[in-house]
Amino acid sequence: MYVAVKGGERAIDNAHAWLAEERRGDPAVPALGLDQIAGQLALAVNRVMAEGSLFDRGLAALAIKQARGDLIEAIFLIRAYRTTLPRFGASVPVDTAGMACIRRISATFKDAPGGQVLGPTFDYTHRLLDFALAAEGAVPEAPQAEPQPGPVPHVTGFLGRDGMIEPAEFTGAEPRDLTREPLSLPADRALRLQALARGDEGFVLGLAYSTQRGYGRTHAFVGELRIGTVGVEIEIPELGFAVEIGEVELTECETVNQFKGSRTEPPQFTRGYGLTFGQTERKAIAMSLVDRALRWRELGEDDTGAPAQDEEFVLSHCDNIQATGFLEHIKLPHYVDFQSELELVRKLRAEAEQARAARKAAE
Amino acid sequence: MTQSGQYNFAYLDEDTKRMIRRALLKAVAVPGYQVPFASREMPMPYGWGTGGVQVTAACLCPEDVLKVIDQGADDTTNAVSIRRFFQRTAGVAVTERTGEATVIQTRHRIPETPLSEGQILVYQVPIPEPLRFLEPRETETRRMHALEDYGLMHVRLYEDIARHGAIATSYAYPVKVEGRYVMDPSPIPKFDNPKLSDCPALQLFGAGREQRIYALPPHTAVVSLDFEDHPFEPSKADHLCALCGAEDSYLDEVITDDAGGRMFVCSDTDYCAERRAAGHRGDMAAPFEEAGA
Repeated sequence: MYVAVKGGERAIDNAHAWLAEERRGDPAVPALGLDQIAGQLALAVNRVMAEGSLFDRGLAALAIKQARGDLIEAIFLIRAYRTTLPRFGASVPVDTAGMACIRRISATFKDAPGGQVLGPTFDYTHRLLDFALAAEGAVPEAPQAEPQPGPVPHVTGFLGRDGMIEPAEFTGAEPRDLTREPLSLPADRALRLQALARGDEGFVLGLAYSTQRGYGRTHAFVGELRIGTVGVEIEIPELGFAVEIGEVELTECETVNQFKGSRTEPPQFTRGYGLTFGQTERKAIAMSLVDRALRWRELGEDDTGAPAQDEEFVLSHCDNIQATGFLEHIKLPHYVDFQSELELVRKLRAEAEQARAARKAAE
Repeated sequence: MTQSGQYNFAYLDEDTKRMIRRALLKAVAVPGYQVPFASREMPMPYGWGTGGVQVTAACLCPEDVLKVIDQGADDTTNAVSIRRFFQRTAGVAVTERTGEATVIQTRHRIPETPLSEGQILVYQVPIPEPLRFLEPRETETRRMHALEDYGLMHVRLYEDIARHGAIATSYAYPVKVEGRYVMDPSPIPKFDNPKLSDCPALQLFGAGREQRIYALPPHTAVVSLDFEDHPFEPSKADHLCALCGAEDSYLDEVITDDAGGRMFVCSDTDYCAERRAAGHRGDMAAPFEEAGA
């Protein structure tokens, strides 16, 4: 008689068993190894590390495998793991000028000390499906060059020497930590950058694109984009100096933006900044555009009402784990609230019906 | 995967629990005020009860008896999932009996059986801000609460009456706490609103994604917003429970065939089962069977 609309423990267990089977796929096909994912789907791994806020290729590869390639699900797995990790300390700021670059380009200068290095990029590939990849085959070896010794100075530094770009001074202030404190607004730039760095690539991309199309136009040039490895150092109190504990791959983007000057500032270029884990340059460029758009207040610009200028809008909605959780929670049963809505609509309809009947009788 | 030994008792580390308990103490001290807290990423999605789970985790002691309900029922999928989470990570005893539980985590309902002193009711809250759909900006709504500037809410309720002849809010019906803060009671049907007031149990509200905690200490005065000439009316389906015959409990409507057939049954499964065990029968009741039989 009573139709069970409620799922039980067995339904959940069976669903998860089916999921595990589907995840594995055809058992006649060899299972994916984590080294295959980390090595051959490296950009997926990078995105999971960047938005998961945890630099660990092995764990990111495991998360991708467990999530059946759903990257937001993989990011969620990493975030949920990350939050359980103890914190031993904070690193000293990484020195991106000392980066061992695999890629370094500037759109604002034809050449600069350190040179332009294209690196392993999709740029200038023709997007033709390569059917040879469908067959197994060895890859011809890429030509090698001698590594360039010495640090690679930042392009914006050359502009800064002439006072052509706003200074970016290291204040030494300890940034707030989004993962340990509730978000409070207004946020400072460090906190905004932190939120953007772990924000959803698609959301940040869309916002950045909107600024290019006139919604909060800031006209950005890519002053410099660099990808490479930097050392991570930590101060050891007992030693009194910093020691390197490992290295991470980073993508850093600095944009150079027009600025006409204000009452307090002379005409000069201004900066947008993006920094992300791994080779994730679409995200780093998008982040730097949104960062610049969000700086309208401190630069004395007008608020044009563009979404990318709205700090509360951007920071409250850029996190894909929050967004996907709340979006998907509408799958959960809501029949209690729906029932109360049903009663209300029935009541309102009955009253409207009565009123109409009364009007008719009066006519 | 067994979790014992891999995680701290009730999953969260003690520092995080302390942070949450501090927020809870502040929330109890200022009833109805939304206290920001550093919500953690939990191993279940935001919007699926992470706020309630964190509050429960911060309150649980090994000797507690936990009950978890969703839509009033102990056997809904998400309630099963959350109950299992705490069985796994805290190893506490669980129950479906409202009277036996020391901590009850709920989504969208307050149990029908009156709560008693010493019990804690933990609500899962999706949008803690009662003014959110009138003003989307948190910076603005915090200011409105600080200044007790609730005119906008009264205007909205008035507009409902002007348009529909009644206040067209049937769940998450706003309340005023001890004459000060306007509070969202979470999406419980307004039928449940009267149970909020003067409740002997401690009521705690956790919103994980929105990073807010608020509370109603025992015996707090909670008033559903209304007008003198349009008083608040709790409402429910005008039927008796088809299984236990209860006339005082909130009912779910269940569609039984494709020809408009339907039945109404208690949303609170424990209340319904206890009534049937005590011999009450509704129109469509089969002879009583023990749960799980």
